Amino acid sequence: MKILVPVKRVIDYNVKPRVKADGTGVDLANVKMSMNPFDEIAVEEALRLREKGAATEVIAVSVGPAKATETLRTALAMGADRAILVQTDDEVEPLAVAKILKAIADAEAPGLVILGKQAIDDDSNQTGQMLAALMGRPQGTFANEVTVEGDSVTVKREIDGGLETVKLSLPAIVTTDLRLNEPRYASLPNIMKAKSKPLDTKSPADYGVDTAPRLKTVKVNEPPVRQAGIKVADVDELVGKLKALGIA
Amino acid sequence: MSGMDPELFEQFIDQLERYVRERLIPAEREVIEADRIPDEIVQEMRDMGLFGLTVPEEYGGAGLSTSQYARVVKTMAYAAPAYRSIFSINVGMFNSAIKNGGTEAQKAEWWPRVAAGEIACFGLTEPGSGSDSAAMATTARPDPDGNGWILNGTKRYITNAPHAAVGLIMARTEKEALPKNAHVSAFIVPMDTPGVTVGSPDHKMGQSGSHIADVILEDVHVPGEALLGGETGKGFVFAMKSLDNGRISVGAAATGYARRALDSALRYATERKAFGEPIANFQLIQQMLAESETEIYAAECMMTDVTLRADRGENILRKAAAFKVFASEMCGRVVDRVVQIYGGAGYLAEYDAERFFRDARIYRIYEGTTQILQLQIAKHMLRDFAAQA
Ligand SMILES: Cc1cc2nc3c(=O)[nH]c(=O)nc-3n(C[C@H](O)[C@H](O)[C@H](O)COP(=O)(O)OP(=O)(O)OC[C@H]3O[C@@H](n4cnc5c(N)ncnc54)[C@H](O)[C@@H]3O)c2cc1C
Ligand SMILES: Cc1cc2nc3c(=O)[nH]c(=O)nc-3n(C[C@H](O)[C@H](O)[C@H](O)COP(=O)(O)OP(=O)(O)OC[C@H]3O[C@@H](n4cnc5c(N)ncnc54)[C@H](O)[C@@H]3O)c2cc1C
Repeated sequence: MKILVPVKRVIDYNVKPRVKADGTGVDLANVKMSMNPFDEIAVEEALRLREKGAATEVIAVSVGPAKATETLRTALAMGADRAILVQTDDEVEPLAVAKILKAIADAEAPGLVILGKQAIDDDSNQTGQMLAALMGRPQGTFANEVTVEGDSVTVKREIDGGLETVKLSLPAIVTTDLRLNEPRYASLPNIMKAKSKPLDTKSPADYGVDTAPRLKTVKVNEPPVRQAGIKVADVDELVGKLKALGIA
Repeated sequence: MSGMDPELFEQFIDQLERYVRERLIPAEREVIEADRIPDEIVQEMRDMGLFGLTVPEEYGGAGLSTSQYARVVKTMAYAAPAYRSIFSINVGMFNSAIKNGGTEAQKAEWWPRVAAGEIACFGLTEPGSGSDSAAMATTARPDPDGNGWILNGTKRYITNAPHAAVGLIMARTEKEALPKNAHVSAFIVPMDTPGVTVGSPDHKMGQSGSHIADVILEDVHVPGEALLGGETGKGFVFAMKSLDNGRISVGAAATGYARRALDSALRYATERKAFGEPIANFQLIQQMLAESETEIYAAECMMTDVTLRADRGENILRKAAAFKVFASEMCGRVVDRVVQIYGGAGYLAEYDAERFFRDARIYRIYEGTTQILQLQIAKHMLRDFAAQA
C-alpha cells in the first residue's frame, strides 16, 4: 500500500508573524520557513505505518513555489521514499490543492492520504475534507490514533467531548491532530541519503487544475493587543469581581 | 575545502537547532541531577550522526568541513555542555588524529566504529604532567615476544574514559626527551584490553553529566598495528595537530554557551523589576548586555575566519589558539555578568545562572590553558618577527 502525504511550506511556528504595513498579508521577506507542523506529524505517521509493515511506500507531495523543494527534502530526510513538487507561485487555496491531490491520487492509487488537519499559515482546515469529497472516499479527521487492519483503517478522532472512533474502508483520507505522534528529527546520515531520492517536478497544468484564487483577501490585521489584567487585594475582592462578571 | 553540500548542511542545522531546543534543553535538569545523559538521548545523538561529523563519508561519517563542524558544536553548545562532551573527543581529537596520522588500516578499522557512536577518549595528561605534556611518564616498550608494545603509566582527567570503547594514548617510546618531542608516540588502545583500568569519575566544579577519570595502564599489550601511523616519534606532532581541532571545538562551545547564558539574562532582565521597572531599562544593565553581545559577536567572527582558513588548508595553529583563548575568556566574562544581572538569584542553584558560571570555567583550562596558548601565540609572533628581521 502506498501512502500519500501532502506537505506545505509555511512560516516557521517559532516566528512571530508581522502584518505588512499595507494590510495585504503577512510579511514573509527574510522569514524562516518550515514544514507545517501538522504535516510533519502526517509524515511521521506514514513512516510508522511503513515501518510496521502496513505500507510499502511513502510519497510526499507539495504544492507551492520552487522553495518548497526544501520542505520535500525534509520529508525525504525523515524517511519518505520519493517526492513530487507541483510548482506554482500562486497563493493556492484548499480547493485547488485538493483537486491536484485528487489527480495525483488517481495516478498513484494510494491506500491512505494523510494530511495535516490544517496549515498554520491560513488555518483553513479544509483540504483533507475537500479531497475526501472529490475522491468520494471516507475521511477520519483530527486523528489521535491510526490503526490499519486489512482493508480498513481505524481512526480515533479528537472531538470536543473526547475521542470518537471511526472505522473507514481503504482507500481513505486521514488528517492529523497534534497529539497523534511526535515527529522524528531528520538525522545527518538520512539527510545525506535523501539527496539521491527521486523528486519529480510538475505543474498544476499537468493535472489540468487551474489554481487561480477563488477568494480575495480584503484586509489582514494584527490581532488586538491583550489588555493588562488587574490585581486584587484578597480572595473576597476576587470573588466579588467574578460575581460582578457573572462568572461565579 | 570539501565538506557537506551547503544546502543539506543548513537543513541539518535546522533540525539540530530544533533538537537542541525541544529535546536537549528540556532534559537538562535531569542530566544535571542524575549526573548522566540518559541512554536514549545518547542513542539519539548517535542516530543524528553527531559522533561521526568529521569522518569522511566513505568511512560512514558526514565528512563535514572544519567550518561546518564548528557550527554544529556551537549549535549543540547552546544546551548543557555534557551533550557536547560525549561526542567531542570522537570528533575533535580522535578522528583528527587518525586523519593526521592514521594508516589506511587504522582508518578502515576505527572510523566506521567511532562514526557509528563508539566513544573515544584521548590520554595525554598525567598526574605529573599537564601543560608540560611532553614530560609524560607513561611508557611504551617493544614487546619482546612479537611486534607489539607494552604500555605502563597513568593518564589523568581523561574525558569520557568511563564510557570509552577506545583510547588514543600518548606514551614515551624513548627514555630521554628528544627534539620536537620525538620521544612520544601515540597508540590506539581498545579500553577492554587486559591491564587497562578506569578510575572512578572525579568530582568536578561543573559540566555535570560529563565525566573524567584516570586511565591506568598496567602491562597493557597492544599489537604493532596499534601504533598510530605505524611510526614511533610522531605521536606528539599528531596530538598537537589534533589539538587545533580540539581548540576550535572548545572555542565554538564557549561561544555557543555564552550566547545561551546571555539569552537567559536578557529574558531575566526584561522580567525582573526593581525600582518599579524592568531592570533591562537601566543603562548599567544595558551596558552588561551590550558588552556581552559585542564580545560574542567578535568570537563568532573569529570562529568563521579561523575555520574558513582551516578549510583552505592554511596552518591555523596561532589563530586556533587565539580563538580558543578569546572565546573561553569571553565566555567567562559573559557568565560572570549574567550572574550579576540575576542579582541574588544568580547565586542560587535554583536558577541557571550559577550553573552557567561553573560550567564555563573549564574552557579556560583544558586543551591548553590560556597561559600556555598565550606563550604559543607569542612564540610564533617572535619567531616570525626574527625571521623577517
Ligand atoms: C574537565 C577536564 C577534562 C579534561 N580532559 C582531558 C582529556 O580528555 N585528555 C587529556 O589528556 N587531558 C584532559 N584534561 C587535562 C587538561 O588538559 C589539563 O588539566 C590542562 O592541560 C592543564 O594541565 P594541569 O592540570 O596539569 O595544569 P598545570 O600544567 O599544572 O598548570 C597549572 C597552572 O600553571 C600554568 N602554567 C603551566 N606552565 C606554565 C608556563 N610555562 N608559563 C606560565 N604558566 C604556566 C597553567 O596555565 C595553569 O594556570 C582535562 C581536564 C579537566 C579538568
Ligand atoms: C547568599 C545570599 C545571602 C543573602 N543574605 C541576605 C540577608 O541576610 N538579608 C537580606 O535582607 N538579604 C540577603 N540577601 C539578598 C541580597 O542582599 C540581594 O540578593 C541583593 O541585594 C540583590 O537584590 P536582588 O537579588 O533582588 O537583585 P535585583 O535587585 O533584582 O538586581 C538584579 C540586577 O539588577 C541590578 N539593578 C537593580 N537596580 C538597578 C538600577 N537602578 N540600576 C542599575 N542596575 C540595577 C542589580 O545590580 C543586579 O545586577 C542574600 C542574598 C544571597 C544570594
